[in-house]
Parts: sequence; structure tokens; C-alpha cells
Amino acid sequence: MASGVAAWLPFARAAAIGWMPVANCPMPIAPRDHSKRKDELIILNVSGRRFQTWRTTLERYPDTLLGSSEKEFFYNEEAKEYFFDRDPDAFRSVLNFYRTGKLHYPRYECISAYDEELAFFGIIPEIIGDCCYEEYKDRKRENAERLMDDQEENKDAKLPNMTFRETMWRAFENPHTSTMALVFYYVTGFFIAISVITNVVETVPCGYKSQKDVPCGERYTVAFFCMDTACVMIFTVEYLLRLFAAPSRYRFMRSVMSIIDVVAILPYYIGLVMTDNEDVSGAFVTLRVFRVFRIFKFSRHSQGLRILGYTLKSCASELGFLLFSLTMAIIIFATVMFYAEKGSSSSKFTSIPASFWYTIVTMTTLGYGDMVPKTIAGKIFGSICSLSGVLVIALPVPVIVSNFSRIYHQNQRADKRRAQKVQKARLARIRIAKKGSTTAYLQTKRNGLLNELLDLTASEVEQQHLNKTSSLLESQHHHLLHCLEKTTGHEFVDEQLFEQNCLEGALQPYRSHSRTPSASSQDGPTGTCCSRRSKRGSTPVPNASQPHMLTHTLPQSPGLQELSAINIQCAEQQLHGSSRSNLNMQTNEVDRRNTRQQQQQVTTAIISVQTPSTGSSASDEDHDHGLGLPSVVTTASSNVIKVSAL
Amino acid sequence: MEREEGEGELDGLHTLAIVLLLFAALKLLYLLGLMDTEDKNDDDLEMTMVIHRPEGLDQLEAQTNFNKKELQVLYRGFKNECPSGVVNEDTFKQIYSQFFPHGDASTYAHYLFNAFDSEHNGSIKFEDFVTALSILLRGSTREKLQWTFNLYDINRDGYINKEEMMDIVRAIYDMMGKYTYPALRTDTPRQHVDAFFQKMDKNKDGVVTLDEFILSCQEDENIMRSLQLFENVI
Repeated sequence: MASGVAAWLPFARAAAIGWMPVANCPMPIAPRDHSKRKDELIILNVSGRRFQTWRTTLERYPDTLLGSSEKEFFYNEEAKEYFFDRDPDAFRSVLNFYRTGKLHYPRYECISAYDEELAFFGIIPEIIGDCCYEEYKDRKRENAERLMDDQEENKDAKLPNMTFRETMWRAFENPHTSTMALVFYYVTGFFIAISVITNVVETVPCGYKSQKDVPCGERYTVAFFCMDTACVMIFTVEYLLRLFAAPSRYRFMRSVMSIIDVVAILPYYIGLVMTDNEDVSGAFVTLRVFRVFRIFKFSRHSQGLRILGYTLKSCASELGFLLFSLTMAIIIFATVMFYAEKGSSSSKFTSIPASFWYTIVTMTTLGYGDMVPKTIAGKIFGSICSLSGVLVIALPVPVIVSNFSRIYHQNQRADKRRAQKVQKARLARIRIAKKGSTTAYLQTKRNGLLNELLDLTASEVEQQHLNKTSSLLESQHHHLLHCLEKTTGHEFVDEQLFEQNCLEGALQPYRSHSRTPSASSQDGPTGTCCSRRSKRGSTPVPNASQPHMLTHTLPQSPGLQELSAINIQCAEQQLHGSSRSNLNMQTNEVDRRNTRQQQQQVTTAIISVQTPSTGSSASDEDHDHGLGLPSVVTTASSNVIKVSAL
Repeated sequence: MEREEGEGELDGLHTLAIVLLLFAALKLLYLLGLMDTEDKNDDDLEMTMVIHRPEGLDQLEAQTNFNKKELQVLYRGFKNECPSGVVNEDTFKQIYSQFFPHGDASTYAHYLFNAFDSEHNGSIKFEDFVTALSILLRGSTREKLQWTFNLYDINRDGYINKEEMMDIVRAIYDMMGKYTYPALRTDTPRQHVDAFFQKMDKNKDGVVTLDEFILSCQEDENIMRSLQLFENVI
């Protein structure tokens, strides 16, 4: 149960009186406060600094060290105080957690020391409040990275028994591992540079040929072709080697770097394949443009380039915003300029798209001067345009810059991906802790029922075994939830049980929905458990209240009849004559069901059903889920109480 | 030529004038309508920081059935959760929902809030809190039943009709959540309400008055017994 609302539990329980008139069944007995101690002050001596608080404050969180009986280990008899040999500064936050229900992370505290303190006092760090959680997680991540960096440096030692393929892959990824790798690394880098320079020089005019400037590419065709071929050879070999060495070829082929490699060498091969056809030479020229992609191969060689690429990718939203706002502004200003300049003759602003160029040039403060407004209005709007251009561009840029610097400094590629996983894990843990409260109730209920059973048989030994000492607070809270169950006549179950019951319900034909408690309706659907129905006959049943029965069947107990006396039947409901006969039927049904189920389970058949029309217990048991529950209940718990069908 | 240029200039100036007018109109709108709301938000923020202090311990002890020690414990818990000294409906719903993690307790908490908030001003002070608790835990049977009647009588007209009861019962069922055994059906609350009316409505006129309610409850042993259930809560 959560936090400081423990103080409000009395109020919640008092408010439960509002349910009483509505409920049809008697409420369970309230747990008694056996240890009716008066609230006392506890002294916690942490390395000499004394903290004092109420006992009930600490008991708010019974699953921590201070809230449970574990603190008795630290009790100092002579001084009548609890002594902890821990850091008193960190203890302040721990104690404040009990007082306020929120755990804070002090900034001056070292993250690992704080973690240790939390672990000592049994507090999970996931419940750190939202105000401090970011800081905590950031610090923790930094720390983890530092540890990882240390580890990675040791990792470079060569592992024995690596296959040739693995060695090659490692050589490709970390050139520093061996001399061969380093040589390969530099050779490929050199050839990338050569290839790029070749492409550039190809277009430089050198010399004349028939009074026309001829680029070097056309003059020394053969030389350039040989150079190109050599580079492409090297790249192809490199790509094939990487492909061979990659641990997952499919993933490698989909990675960005390999696509760049392919795009870099493809034009050459396409060029080889295609002949010197006039029609396609235009397209062929376009393909040559892709040769410039070879420069991107440098990103394998440069960490900074990779980081830049990652930054741009991670700032995609800011870039998108920049683009969008610029587009908006361009359209607005272009329209305004066009209409402003429309009147002027010999105006260059012939159409709105034509004004786009002017707007872009002005907003980015380039100001080529090939288009200038001539009218007064045009000049006014033009100046507004250039002023606003500065603002619009300046806004997203700092965000991008800061992003880049952050990533560059931390030098992490998978930064965001890891953060997301952590966030998911945190939420999952909190959800589990919250669910703990719901499942805790269901668990206690099962245990509680067993306790009741054993109370009745008065077997001391077993009683001690199963008497879980849940705190008073918990038992009171569970009592409250139990009252709610009784009020509505339904029970809390697990999600899985619920689905299971739904499935079973769907399989069985849906019975007794009609409101008329007529005989026929009871005989109604011919389910697989028809036999029981027909046996019962058909007695109309008053609509009034619904029966709730608690049937406990016990192992070595002599007669089910005796235990049936426990049946806490709900008021004034006379069913099929005497209750005894009812019980007999019950017995037989339970009987049959037990044999049918062929399992050894605790048949705490909580057959409390609020069926629409038929209030009879008979139809209660018709619900097959009736037994679905107990059978699954005990398979869930690991109790080894066997039931022998009588 | 010159005339055309002159006209061109005029056109441009027309455009400029229109744009300026537009901005002026927007600014006027801001000044009149939109700008007010921004200020209002600030005012609202300041209003919520009201702090309330309860009456003295002695007075409370005289007014309720608690002794000093119990009042101390109650107040400490109350103040811990609501440092400002008053509970508003949202906080109330939040606190109450923490006890019922399975389902949605907000509707029932709303009705409870109205029952506690005797002055109907949207906040519960410590005095309201303690008065209600005193009735519920230490009051006579009649007082408890009267309080419960007030809880059910949503519109405070002195009668409980079927709609009000449906709301209350539905709110209670909401607290159970989705995963129950047996599965909740849509007509389950209605069944429950019908059963309730059958029992309580003596003269079968479709509404339950306070006297009918108290009479019927006193006849029912279970209810009488369960009313005594929470006596030793504090």
C-alpha cells in the first residue's frame, strides 16, 4: 500500500460504513489490534547523530528495514535506541522518505554511496520522486559509462579461440588491434582520398583541343579510367571482405555504411555494362554524381563525422521545425512582396514562386542583389523580411549546437536508445510494485482463508506454520477490501484468472439470464453439466437476495457436513426446503467436480455469485467458473494441501 | 509611365495600410479579450494557497467523541497529507483511490467528499473531517444511519430515489475494477439496487425516506452488526 496515506486508513475504514446498508451479506470480522501500543518516539542513532520519529511513521513502509522487524537487530538495550553505523547525511533523505512519502536524491551525494545506503535500508531507488529522478538517472548512467570504459580497455586483449572470421571482423572494426588491420585501414583511407581527388581533377580544364577548353578527364581518358578502376577494385575487395567477415550478413547489408559502399562503387559497374549509347549517356552522367558518395566512406575512419551524422539524426525534430517555420515565413513574405511590387514596371517579381528566391536570399541575409524591390512598400516589407529572417534561423540553431556538443562530449551513439530502455524498466518496476499491493491482497486472502480453516480444526502446528505476520496496517487494509467484496458480492481476482474464467464462461452455454424465475429457465440450456440441473428440479426462487456460501473442504476432516456448518449463508433465503438438503447437493457437486477435475487442490470453493435472476445456490454452482477459481487459485500458490473428495 | 509608377506606389501603400490595420485590430483584441485571461490565471494561482488552522484541541474534544490523544493522532495524519489544512476534492480522490488500486474509486470518493463537506464549499477542513469521523466511529446507530442516508441522498432532498441509488451502487462497483469473480455484468448494479429498494422501501412509493431507511436497517441484523464493525478503528 502506498505512502503516507497510512494515516488515512482509519478514515477509509470509517467511510466503509457507507457500504453497509447496500450490502446483503455479513461483513468479515475486523482484525484486532493486539499490540495496542501507544504511539511512541523511536530514537535512531546513526553514527552519533540522533534522529527521532514516531513508531507509526516508520511502520508506514513495512517492507523496508526500518519498517519491519529487521531493525530489532540494531537495537541497543542499554541506550534504548537503534544504532546504525551508516552515513548520517544520507540517512536524512532516507528518514524524510518515511515522513513525506517522497524520496529525494541530494545532489552533493555520490551516486554509488547513495545507492548503497538505499540498498541497506531496503528502499528501491525507482521510487525516487520525479523532481530528483532525472538527476539520479543521469548520474547513474555516467557512472555506468565510466565503469564500462574501464572495462572496454581491458577488452582489447585478444580472446583465445577466435575463428579467422571473427578475427577479421574485429580487425575491421578496431584497426588498432593488429598491424595488418592498421595497414588495411590506412590503405583504404588513402584510396578513398585518391578516388575523390581524381573525381575533382577530372573536371579541371587542362589544355586546349580545337580552341575549346577541355577538362582533364577527356584529355587523359585512359589514365583516369585506370585510376578509377584501381580504386573500385580496392573498394570492391574491401566490401566483399567485410561481407564475409560480418557476424550477421543480413544486418551488415542493411547498415548505413555498407549501403554507402555499394552506392560508391555501383556507378562504375553500371558504366561498364552500359555501352556508349547516345540516349543513355545523359543518365550515365548523372550516375557519375554518385561517385562523390565515396567521400562518405571516410566516416568509417573518423569518429567525429559519425557523431555529426548522429547529431543531425537526433535533432531531426528541431531541423524539421526550422524547415517548417522557414517555409511558412518564405511563403508569407514572397506573397507580400509580389503584391507590393506588382505595380512597379520592369519588376523582377513576376510571380510568387519567383519571389521565393528573393525571400530566401534576404532571410538568410545573403543579399545577392539580383532582385531588389523598387516600390516603397516593397522596400518596407523587404526590410521586415530580412529582420525576421535572422530571428527565425537563430532560434533552432542553439538547440542543434548544444545537442552536438553533448553527444560529442559523451561520445555515445546508443545514448538515447539506452535511456529509453531504462525508462521502460523503471516504469515496469513501479508498476510491479503497485501491482504488488493488489496481488498482496489476493495472496493474503488465500492465506487468510487457509488460516480460517486451520483455526477451526484447531491444529496448532499448522496454524503456526501458516500464520504469516503481516503488519496490522496490511491486515486492516485487506479487511477493508474484503468488506468491499462482500458489499458487492463479487471478488477480486487476478487478470489471468479473469481471462480464464471468461474463456470457460464462453465455452459453457450461457445460462439463466432471463429474469423470470420460472422452472423452464432453470432447466434451460443444456450444458455439459445438465445432469446436475435436472437433478435439482425447478423451484422458483424469490429475487430478493442472493446467497453467498463459503464452502470449506478440508483434507482429513471427517464429514463435509460438519464443515458445511461454516456456510455463512446470507439472510432469509430458503432454498429447496431445508438447508441440509442443499448442503447435500453441494457436497455431491463438489464431489463430482473433484473427481472430474482429477486434481488435488484446496477446494475453497468461494461460490459467491450474484446471478441475475436465479438466486439459488444451485445455479451458483452451475457456473463452471465456480470451480475454475479454486483450482487455479491453488495451482498458483504452492500450498500442498490435498483435498480428498468425499 | 509615370502615372503607372505612381499608381504602383499607391497600390503598395494600400497593401501596407491594410496590413497595419490588421495588426492593430489583433492588438485590440488582445487588449480586450485575450489578455485578461492571462492575468486571471495568475490570480487563481494565488488564491489556492489558503491555509487553514483548526480550532483548539479543547473545543474539538468537546464537539466530538474523541479524546485529546486521538485528535492529535488524527490531526498529524491529516496535516501530513494536506499541509495547507484543507482537502480539496482532487486530493481527496487521490488519497481514497490509493486504497483501492484495483478499480476506479473516484466516483465514490466524489460522493464521500460531498458527504464530508458539510458546508458545501468544495473543501474539507479538519473540523469537518473529525466531526464526520466522530459520527461514524463513535456515534449512535441512528446517527450513523443518518449519515449514511445523507451520503446516499445525492441531491439532499430528503429522499433516495432509484437513480441516486444506482449512481451510488455503480460507484461502488467501479471500485471493484474489471477483474472480478464472477465477472461483472452490466445489469448487476441494477439487480443490487432493486434488491435494496425491495428491502428498504416500505410503502413502495419508489423513494426511500429517512425513517423508512432507519427502520429497515434496524430490522436487518447483518446491517446492525456491521455498523459496529469499525468501532475500534482509532
